Amino acid sequence: MKDPTRTFAEAHWIRMKQENALFDDVLKTEPEALLKSWLIEAAQSGDNVAIARTAPHDAQELLGSLQEALRADADLARFDDAAWGRTRSVLSELSQSRAAQGASAGETSYFVLAIKKPLFAGLRQRLAADPERAFDALWAASTLVDRMAQWTATTYQRSRESVIQRQQQELLELSTPVVKLWDGVLAAPMIGTLDSSRTQLVMESLLQRIVETGSELAIIDITGVPTVDTLVAQHLLKTVTAIRLMGADCIISGIRPQIAQTIVQLGIDLQGIVTKATLADALSLALRKGGWVISRPAR
Amino acid sequence: MDRIPILKMGRCLLVTIQVDLLDQTALALQDDLAERISATAAQGVLIDISALEIVDSFVGRILASISGIAAIMGATLVVVGMQPAVAITLVELGLSLDGVRTALDVERGMALLQAGERSHGGA
Repeated sequence: MKDPTRTFAEAHWIRMKQENALFDDVLKTEPEALLKSWLIEAAQSGDNVAIARTAPHDAQELLGSLQEALRADADLARFDDAAWGRTRSVLSELSQSRAAQGASAGETSYFVLAIKKPLFAGLRQRLAADPERAFDALWAASTLVDRMAQWTATTYQRSRESVIQRQQQELLELSTPVVKLWDGVLAAPMIGTLDSSRTQLVMESLLQRIVETGSELAIIDITGVPTVDTLVAQHLLKTVTAIRLMGADCIISGIRPQIAQTIVQLGIDLQGIVTKATLADALSLALRKGGWVISRPAR
Repeated sequence: MDRIPILKMGRCLLVTIQVDLLDQTALALQDDLAERISATAAQGVLIDISALEIVDSFVGRILASISGIAAIMGATLVVVGMQPAVAITLVELGLSLDGVRTALDVERGMALLQAGERSHGGA
């Protein structure tokens, strides 16, 4: 007597081979017509010119990788298998280039889903006489294409997220310069909202520059900080304390009228911190502290 | 056990910490310093921690208490050469060392102590 599980596995294997042969047949019989029908269907999602230009090439590439996987007996129901590796990488490249071109996630996955129409048409043509097999084949095709579209959407999202992360990092680096205003006077103009990570970065670079240059005075200019709440004030206080611990002094400048009102209304205690309205005031105070005298000879 | 040397320069005491500050060493330094301030009637104490790379809450607290001891005994404490990482750590630990005077390096710290002494002598 035969092992029932074995028979089942064999039957599954035979059915899979048949389906793969059938799909391969559909894909290779009239590739031109299939591609055309696919592209017409895909074009309905939108009219992005750049995408329309690369679409035929992308479709060709994807079709090639599908045929390769089918001939290598890849299991239609298991898209995570190694046999689908090339198809997955083609889809990843596709979604990355689409993301860079500015296509939406919907457009990108619709491009993959559009293959359903010619694929289903081909299957119907071949299996018109056998509705039961036709249903199985359609189900397998639909699942496969859905998984492909899902994969595309996932990689699309991942590549978009990496773009956002890179931009965040660049923004962080851009917005934290420490400049030398005078011998022994450093300034850190802060621009944008202050959060923990940015304050940490500014604090580190400012302290490092103080050690390198031996400057005795640091000016933190918050003209470009849109709002000051208790959290931002706390970050500022921490920075000032760290600077003082190292043996330098700190002036906070660029306190705009609205910000001054907010600070007072919130009851934030800036006692013991020298604050000035403008960077110019802070610099003139710094020079006075350093013993410099500025004079303009009478003309 | 290592002991941190305490040098006398005029009316000031100079302490340079060149090794990692272990808890025992820090406690011994606190004892020795109190003894020496009393023995030499020092007006100022200068602690150079520029070689100190790592601090924990204990060492931070010892620094604060050394400052308190020095103040009670009539000497001014100046901590010089704190590294950025150390300063950030102390701030994050909530140890702002209020009342401790600080300077960027030994030279500036000395100048600070001498200025204090002069104004003290003049008053």
